[in-house]
Amino acid sequence: MIEIKDLHKSYQMGSNSLHVLKGIDFNVEAGELVAIMGSSGSGKSTLLNILGMLDVADSGEYLLDGLPIKNLNETKAANYRNKFLGFIFQSFNLINYKTALENVALPLYYQGVGRKERQEKALKYLEQVGLKEWSHHLPSELSGGQKQRVAVARAMAAEPKVLLADELTGALDSTTSYEIMDLIQKINDLGNTILVVTHEDDIAHMCKRIVHLKDGVIVEDKKIEQVRASQYVQ
Amino acid sequence: MFNRDRWKEILEVLTKNWFRTVLTAFGVFWGILILIILLAAGKGLENGIRSDFDNIATNTMFIWTRSTTKAYDGLPKDRDFNFKIRDVSLLRENFPQLRFISPRNQLGGFQGTNNVVRGIRTGAYNVYGDYPEFIEQEPMMITRGRFVNHNDIEEKRKVAVIGQGVVRELYDPGETILGSYIKIQGVNFVVVGTYRKSSNDGNGEESQKQIFVPFTAFSQAFNRADNVGWMAITAKDETSITSMKEDIVSFLKGQHRVHPEDQRAIGYFDLFEQFNRVESLFGAMRFIAYFVGILVLLSGIIGVSNIMLIVVKERTKEIGIRRALGEDPWSIRKQILLESIFLTLISGMAGISVGALFIYGINAILDMNGPVDMFANPSVNLGVIMIALTILIISGLFAGFIPAQSAIRVKPIDALRTE
Repeated sequence: MIEIKDLHKSYQMGSNSLHVLKGIDFNVEAGELVAIMGSSGSGKSTLLNILGMLDVADSGEYLLDGLPIKNLNETKAANYRNKFLGFIFQSFNLINYKTALENVALPLYYQGVGRKERQEKALKYLEQVGLKEWSHHLPSELSGGQKQRVAVARAMAAEPKVLLADELTGALDSTTSYEIMDLIQKINDLGNTILVVTHEDDIAHMCKRIVHLKDGVIVEDKKIEQVRASQYVQ
Repeated sequence: MFNRDRWKEILEVLTKNWFRTVLTAFGVFWGILILIILLAAGKGLENGIRSDFDNIATNTMFIWTRSTTKAYDGLPKDRDFNFKIRDVSLLRENFPQLRFISPRNQLGGFQGTNNVVRGIRTGAYNVYGDYPEFIEQEPMMITRGRFVNHNDIEEKRKVAVIGQGVVRELYDPGETILGSYIKIQGVNFVVVGTYRKSSNDGNGEESQKQIFVPFTAFSQAFNRADNVGWMAITAKDETSITSMKEDIVSFLKGQHRVHPEDQRAIGYFDLFEQFNRVESLFGAMRFIAYFVGILVLLSGIIGVSNIMLIVVKERTKEIGIRRALGEDPWSIRKQILLESIFLTLISGMAGISVGALFIYGINAILDMNGPVDMFANPSVNLGVIMIALTILIISGLFAGFIPAQSAIRVKPIDALRTE
């Protein structure tokens, strides 16, 4: 699904440049649930941003489902993000004056899906994350866990090839974190490819494969026995 | 553009901070209101002055003879001469661009002696010998009967068309006027019509006290032979009389053996030139109205632009999220521009409405208190409204342009990081 070859990225910090990614080679098959781990500054967020086409690599190859991601202008990048990727953020990033339903329907709106169909689909995904009856509430009326569920539903709505989650449990307590991870695992069970950036060990172990990043290089890449989150959830 | 979700969002954004939106809108509202009121006031002045010109054919000159100041062609200086009736046909032949040429003769004058008698009543009036075309050059409303016609001219009928002022002074109310006789300097004329002129200038009263008789009958009755007192010449619409007057004057000089460089011998008055002078004054007034109005509007527009910048700043993160979710930059730019245009247009339309209401009020007051000198019916026409709306849309675009650019200049990744 994702193929990366020799990816480099550095940032200019004043007069000296900071080499963040120093040649990453990395493949993800369809249906995988991968955790990218590393301490802060290891380059894991940068990697995710590049994978999410929010940032551009200096050199290297990036193929998404066989499609080379290269020299995109903003319009094209937006289009690809919309069609191929779903984002889940640490701080939820819901639009606060839109209801849960409208938030979930947003990616579909950008695809030009008709209003009615959009709402039906959005409702379907809200139901899937267990928030159907909250569909007309504003984000400010939802708890953190609920907000993240809405965000998950939103990421799913456009039926992307890959879900990218950046510290998706970072703002949640452990019980809620497990609930969200349970949801993520269930979505993965349906065959969705998911990449999770995290620095929490227990969250990482709920994935099927852990990639360790340190100082811009992959130091460890192993398949693991998945810990099911459902056992922690009542 | 007519997308329900987009408009919903525009309304959501603009109503989120009511007070700020209203304050911003007020700047534009005020600008357009002032523009409308200034234009209406200018139009009112224009209407007032124009009504003095009435429907007079303005592409007209008056031309008359004086005594020569230069000896020429064997003739001495200080010679008196008159235009002759044959000058009219000669002018008509040589200047096909002319529409009307009315030779005129006059009797009596302002504050002259009594020259008209009817029974025991007398009055002092201007009596003119005229051709039927004259009514085209100086329109008057025929209230009874008719004006002088070509049969009158052919048969030299002694008929008269008299003004309302004459009627008031020579007749009792309710008396039959048509068919009655009045005696002008001892000669009886039968009244065949009455007129009223609708001018409200200084000699409004005087212009109702005129008597028009056929030119030929006038010449015969008052011994003018084939002399012409003066002429009123109107050119066809496509040529201005101002451009022709030199040629006409030198032609007439040739006919009457006047020295070509004799500036005094033939006098004329170019109504068109005078009218154009007034026209250019109107033009200047309109320019000032637009200039001041648009400058005031501009400060309102800058206010809108300013607020849009703040709105964009406040929404940086939101815009980042939207772009991460795949909204393309054009869509965001369009959104900001539409918000700006919408705000400008709504407040501008409010300004136009209030301006229209204001003008309506002024008109109502004017109607109640009767006409005022040099000011009538202030108004703006649909064309001006269209111009104002166009200005609004364009300025809304301008106001939104910089904020829209700044909205998409931030990279989505940076926008997401802002709190």
